[in-house]
Amino acid sequence: MTGSIDSIAGANFWLIRGQYLFLFLHLLGLACFAYIVARRLAPLLGAQRDFRFDRPLERLGKVAKFWLGQWRHPRYRFAGTLHVLVFAGFLMLASHAFALLALGISDRFADTGSSGLYDAIRDYASTVVFLCMGIAIVRRLVFAPARYGRRSADAIFLLSLIGLLMAADGFFEGSQAAFHGQQGGVAEVFPPLSLAWTVRTVFASSSLATLRSLHLGAYLAHEFAFFFLLCYRPFGIQFHVETSLFSIYFAKLDRGTVKPVRWGVPDGQLDKVASFGVKKIEDFTWKHILDFYSCADCGRCSEQCPSNAVGRALSPRNLSIKTRDYVFRHYPVWGRSEDGMALVGGLYSEDEIWSCTTCGACEAECPLLVEYIDKIVDLRRGLVDDGKAPQSMHKPLKALESRGNPFGKMEKKRADWAQGAVKTLNGAGATNTLYFVDSITSYDDRIQQIGRATARILGRLNEDFGILGAKERDSGHDVRRFGEETLFQALREHNTEAIQHAGVRRIVTADPHAYNALKHDYKDVPPVEHISEVLAGAVRTSRIQMNAVDNGVYTYHDPCYLGRHNGVFDDPRDVLDSIPGLRRVEMKRCRDRSFCCGGGGMALFYEAKENERMGVRRVEMAAEAGADTIVTACPFCMVNIEDAIKVAGMEGRMTAIDLAELVDRQMAN
Amino acid sequence: MEILVCARRVPDTSENEIELHGAGNDIERDDLVYSVNEADNYAVEEALQIVARTGGSVTVATVGGEEDEEILRREMAMGAARGVLISDEAFAGSDGRGIAAILKAFVQAGHYDLILTGVQAEDGCAQVGGMLAAMLDYPFASLVTSIEVLEGRELKIGREIEGGSKEINGIDLPCVLSIQTGINEPRYVGMRGIRQVASVPIPTPGASDLGIDPHAVGEGAAKMKRVDYFAPPAGKGAEMLGGSREEVVDKLMDLLKAKGGLN
Repeated sequence: MTGSIDSIAGANFWLIRGQYLFLFLHLLGLACFAYIVARRLAPLLGAQRDFRFDRPLERLGKVAKFWLGQWRHPRYRFAGTLHVLVFAGFLMLASHAFALLALGISDRFADTGSSGLYDAIRDYASTVVFLCMGIAIVRRLVFAPARYGRRSADAIFLLSLIGLLMAADGFFEGSQAAFHGQQGGVAEVFPPLSLAWTVRTVFASSSLATLRSLHLGAYLAHEFAFFFLLCYRPFGIQFHVETSLFSIYFAKLDRGTVKPVRWGVPDGQLDKVASFGVKKIEDFTWKHILDFYSCADCGRCSEQCPSNAVGRALSPRNLSIKTRDYVFRHYPVWGRSEDGMALVGGLYSEDEIWSCTTCGACEAECPLLVEYIDKIVDLRRGLVDDGKAPQSMHKPLKALESRGNPFGKMEKKRADWAQGAVKTLNGAGATNTLYFVDSITSYDDRIQQIGRATARILGRLNEDFGILGAKERDSGHDVRRFGEETLFQALREHNTEAIQHAGVRRIVTADPHAYNALKHDYKDVPPVEHISEVLAGAVRTSRIQMNAVDNGVYTYHDPCYLGRHNGVFDDPRDVLDSIPGLRRVEMKRCRDRSFCCGGGGMALFYEAKENERMGVRRVEMAAEAGADTIVTACPFCMVNIEDAIKVAGMEGRMTAIDLAELVDRQMAN
Repeated sequence: MEILVCARRVPDTSENEIELHGAGNDIERDDLVYSVNEADNYAVEEALQIVARTGGSVTVATVGGEEDEEILRREMAMGAARGVLISDEAFAGSDGRGIAAILKAFVQAGHYDLILTGVQAEDGCAQVGGMLAAMLDYPFASLVTSIEVLEGRELKIGREIEGGSKEINGIDLPCVLSIQTGINEPRYVGMRGIRQVASVPIPTPGASDLGIDPHAVGEGAAKMKRVDYFAPPAGKGAEMLGGSREEVVDKLMDLLKAKGGLN
């Protein structure tokens, strides 16, 4: 009866020899998993192309950093640490899990070596994972963060299953050791307080029959938990265990860019593309559908999303999860497929899709590098293609088409802001630098001051520069991001020609949106610098002297398209810190967690339903930080923040100033 | 249902700074950008929505020259099946009655169940629709803000009445309706849409094609001529309310009540 404990394959389970039982269960589990995965791959195969097979080394680097290195997890200290522990545990336990499965089929896979270092680490790994599951469950039940929303039952079920898997392992090993110990043989040694150690200690004096039952029962429990989890994961958030490696390997490499309308179709042949953008689920690219699978529903994106924060209809996490659920219904593992539907109007509301400012806070936070901006832009392209651009955007778009600016102002007045103080490049001279002004700085009364300050600074730094004047058109940055690709390309073509004709060697701009466009959306134009980079360079080489600031507390607001999308965080701060006497504080949300002011470009022409303005939130954050002056480096931030100061009733207590204006004011040389 | 929409190209008031030219009877037309007349755009959208519900097709016609083709392309990009540029040197300088006479000849050369115009051209007098109906001896309704197609060649239409009221009328087909802005939300047309219809031919019937007597239309036959064009002198400057926020609000409330803005 008691016999040996060492063979699983040879043991009988209700009259069935373990060898046959587990061979059958393994094959059944693997077959189910293979079938489910094949069904999950079907939508990817029917989706649009997406060229993600280039630059393998760079991609492996991303895998090393974001997958293996879990780079972004600790941004949320508690949950992130738990995840890193569990992830590390899984990695260490992977080979052990397979060894355990093999044990069911043949004794040849039995662990014959003595307990080495790996075994000790492994025993602790499973213990740590087990404890993490416990903590995670308690956390979900007792102190769940708001970002998790309401779907905790499924999460708790999955966490429990993993806990069960770990416990089964501990019972399996511990009971075996206790058995060996009682038989007087060589018993395995476990590190103190590990699961196996605990089981062994607790059951040290149990009968051999009990220990044997525990041992076999634990193996059976492990078998069922393992294969149930394997086959259940593709139905929910834990699918990321399988997909995350691929999602991260194939993640977008070039930030600040927008995907082409159709991968593999050159811009010149777009007229032949029958439909633009995403209208039905199959219009997403395979990578974007993979993203939906990979979303772990952690809610970090939505917690960082400014649209979500001010009560707009958009929540990035929600967008992923509901799209994933729809993909599952439309391509079910079994049963009837839910009919295809128009995504906007069905799954999403139009307001939801127009609510995004493309600030990128969600993408900067996602530990799995899920992309949102490209999807939003593609959905907008679909809406624009169907004539469903918001009514309030029709006139600005038409004006951009005919006048090259969204305000419908005359081209010939585009250089009026400069009051004749800046030369217009005619292509004949060999001017070094082009100051690309863009529409809002050219035409908006308030923002023209930023243009004049920028021009004065460039002049005082003895830069040889000029402007395109009437030949400049809107950079089209946000025209593209609001889905009007054809108009964007027309604007780009016009500007590219004008810039090339001007014959300059570099471009400077004070508008981060123009900066991002010229840097990432335009091709064959000279390198572009934001004025803050120019200023930081001048500070470093001592080409600029500043007068002291006596009083006030300053805070720097990172514009999305300067900071998050282009990584320019330090230059503006260095410039500020070079001003003698300037006291600078940071807001809680700063650098790559900066909170969008409300958006630029076409976002000025769309009023989403919201509870409050993003800018008001931002101004309150500045006040919380103890600042009385918000320094920004973007014309749209200025528009939104100055508005917000008025809306928040903080006039007189809070002011906003552009970095260029501040430097222009403080510059001593 | 076969629907004809009569449209017109006008200087876009939102994208131009309108200035008078030297002679004082017209505006400076260099450096102007043009659009389809806004109310006409609503009319085309309404026609497209009716056709989407009941079948048929939409034709958009304008009286003008080569430069007016752009608005036809824009409306075709919206979904109009045909654009027609009614063009002849003899038409130049026509007054409203002349335009109506030209359109009348065009309507009689085709088969249309319903003719829509915008409520008025931004640079016009809101007269062509009514005159066209009279010349065709069709029923006419102006300031239409809703259209419902009933059985038996009849429409139920809503009209805007001064003071914010609305009335509902039955009207027999064929008829002419002038469409008020706000009746719908016109769809967006971008450059891509226009490019896609760039090579669709646009017929250009002239006076002889339509059997129009060249002497009955054009500048010579115009019975109404513009003699002056000016921006009205600026009135007394706006009144600035002073004081604290509460005082300003109180004064504003009093003023609004006094002027009938608040009941």
